[in-house]
Amino acid sequence: MSWSQMWIAYITIVYKEVTRFTRIWQQTLLPPVVTTSLYFVIFGSLIGPRIGTMEGYRYMDFIVPGLILMSVITSSYANVSSSFFGAKFQRSIEELQISPTPNSVILLGYVTGGMARGLLVGLVVTLVALFFSQLSIHNVFVMFSISLLTALLFSMGGFLNGLFARKFDDVSIVPNFILTPLTYLGGVFYSIRLLPDFWQGVSHLNPILYMINGFRYGFLGISDIHLGFSYLIILAFTAVLFMINLKLLNKGYGIRS
Amino acid sequence: MTVALSIQNLEKEYDNGVRALKGISLEVEKGDFFALLGKNGAGKSTAIGIICSLVNKTAGSVKILDHDIDIDFPLARSMLGVVPQEINLSVFETPLQIVVNQAGYYGIDRKLAQTRAEKYLTQLGLWDKRNDTTRQLSGGMKRRLMIARSLMHEPKLLILDEPTAGVDIEIRRSMWDFISEINNSGTTIILTTHYLEEAENLCRNIAIIDQGLVVENTSTRELLAKSQREIYVLDLVDSIDSLPTFERGRWTLTSPSSLEVDISKQQGINGVFRELNAKQIKVQSMRNKTNRLEQLFLDMTTDDEKESA
Ligand SMILES: Nc1ncnc2c1ncn2[C@@H]1O[C@H](COP(=O)(O)OP(=O)(O)OP(=O)(O)O)[C@@H](O)[C@H]1O
Ligand SMILES: [Mg+2]
Repeated sequence: MSWSQMWIAYITIVYKEVTRFTRIWQQTLLPPVVTTSLYFVIFGSLIGPRIGTMEGYRYMDFIVPGLILMSVITSSYANVSSSFFGAKFQRSIEELQISPTPNSVILLGYVTGGMARGLLVGLVVTLVALFFSQLSIHNVFVMFSISLLTALLFSMGGFLNGLFARKFDDVSIVPNFILTPLTYLGGVFYSIRLLPDFWQGVSHLNPILYMINGFRYGFLGISDIHLGFSYLIILAFTAVLFMINLKLLNKGYGIRS
Repeated sequence: MTVALSIQNLEKEYDNGVRALKGISLEVEKGDFFALLGKNGAGKSTAIGIICSLVNKTAGSVKILDHDIDIDFPLARSMLGVVPQEINLSVFETPLQIVVNQAGYYGIDRKLAQTRAEKYLTQLGLWDKRNDTTRQLSGGMKRRLMIARSLMHEPKLLILDEPTAGVDIEIRRSMWDFISEINNSGTTIILTTHYLEEAENLCRNIAIIDQGLVVENTSTRELLAKSQREIYVLDLVDSIDSLPTFERGRWTLTSPSSLEVDISKQQGINGVFRELNAKQIKVQSMRNKTNRLEQLFLDMTTDDEKESA
């Protein structure tokens, strides 16, 4: 395949993915918006004023970046894992398998689709957040790049999940038992400096901490972590997941008998 | 370069230990209309799966128009179109989306894809359904949609795994015409089917696979020439009480008004009528008991009951 043919194949996959999640927007775009709005109302407006400030910011303003990123993470992940698993389940993935499209393009196409949903949800949640808080942006570049890279990383993660999944339940295990806890413990709702030393140390093993803090830096200009570390961790995990996914695809894991 | 498909010593052992292919070799000429026959579980779909990279082979090699599927896979794949036995359509997408996207996976730009989509969906009688979700299509329509999808990149070799299974007789006939036309325009066709008359009418060459081995690989004409005997069923005008002694052929009286005769090809129908005239038996109608190919097929493949005994 020439580069231009690969580009067409890539765009086709992305287009198909975007068509899929916009067609079922009630399942893909609406729920995260509803959930985060509830967070805004409960933690921001009702409980927030009683907490006072966190790191010198109104509690609501402190948690908004984490909540936005949380919606990016869950949406990107869910999009790729469920779409890829669905294609496997219906065997329509064979359309791609028999085609000359290289596996790397298949992977990037699905991942871009996941990023599109993650970022779109993130954008809508941000707009909703504007009703509840005074969002200021400290560094646009950091804000954009961290959200983009986080969406990339979790789309890669979702792809891996899709490859391994054998039944529909397998698609929800990781989000429920790993992603959600890690996100909650990754400092969405608090600064880890509130924790005892030991738990601060443990928190540093949580990769999501680095993303949330990096993203929060983009808005507020504060972070528990050095910004460089945030980028390094995200890029390292992304690279590893990319390699694993590609290797499994090349082996035909879960899709070739 | 006159070979469209070349398979050498292909073997497949599935993870569960089933040896679906035990070393098959086949060559299909360019432009051929080729039938791959065999009983359920013989290994036809496994072979096709390997050719189109959906199944990992255990050993052997496959070349599509001289391009090895392992070494030269983008080229090999772009020349191959496949209609699988099992429906593998995304039921939430529309026929139009499915075929246009499929073209995209071969690097065909969207404008050309739209043109071809209209052409092939129309030819297969699905243009009116193009914006329905695929879930709403009937089984036969889904099968035709898979044919349209396989043609979007205009492959040089088209493999159809039981394309006419579960399709009504009228549409089956129109599919035959359609596939023949594609073949006439130069595309090599490989077809599996359990309707042997379909293979007999359409295909120039035939291979029979039995238990993972090729047991026959020849032209349809030669294969049919191998059948030395034919069995006819005769309905009589007047009932007869007992079987007269005929000079040639093996005769049985299956009911007072019908006879069966097993006679060598040399004697033929004339021989049958000579015998009947001599005994002054009048015949109302006559037909072949089985399709000739069917009889040969049964002779060549393993009898399941014999095997398990
Ligand atoms: N994914 C699989 N895993 C394990 N065994 C398999 C698998 N697919 C097929 N088989 C086995 O391989 C053998 C050949 O199957 P295959 O589907 O190739 O037969 P076929 O000739 O296409 O039959 P049919 O006419 O019924 O479609 C069978 O014994 C079947 O049970
Ligand atoms: Mg089969």
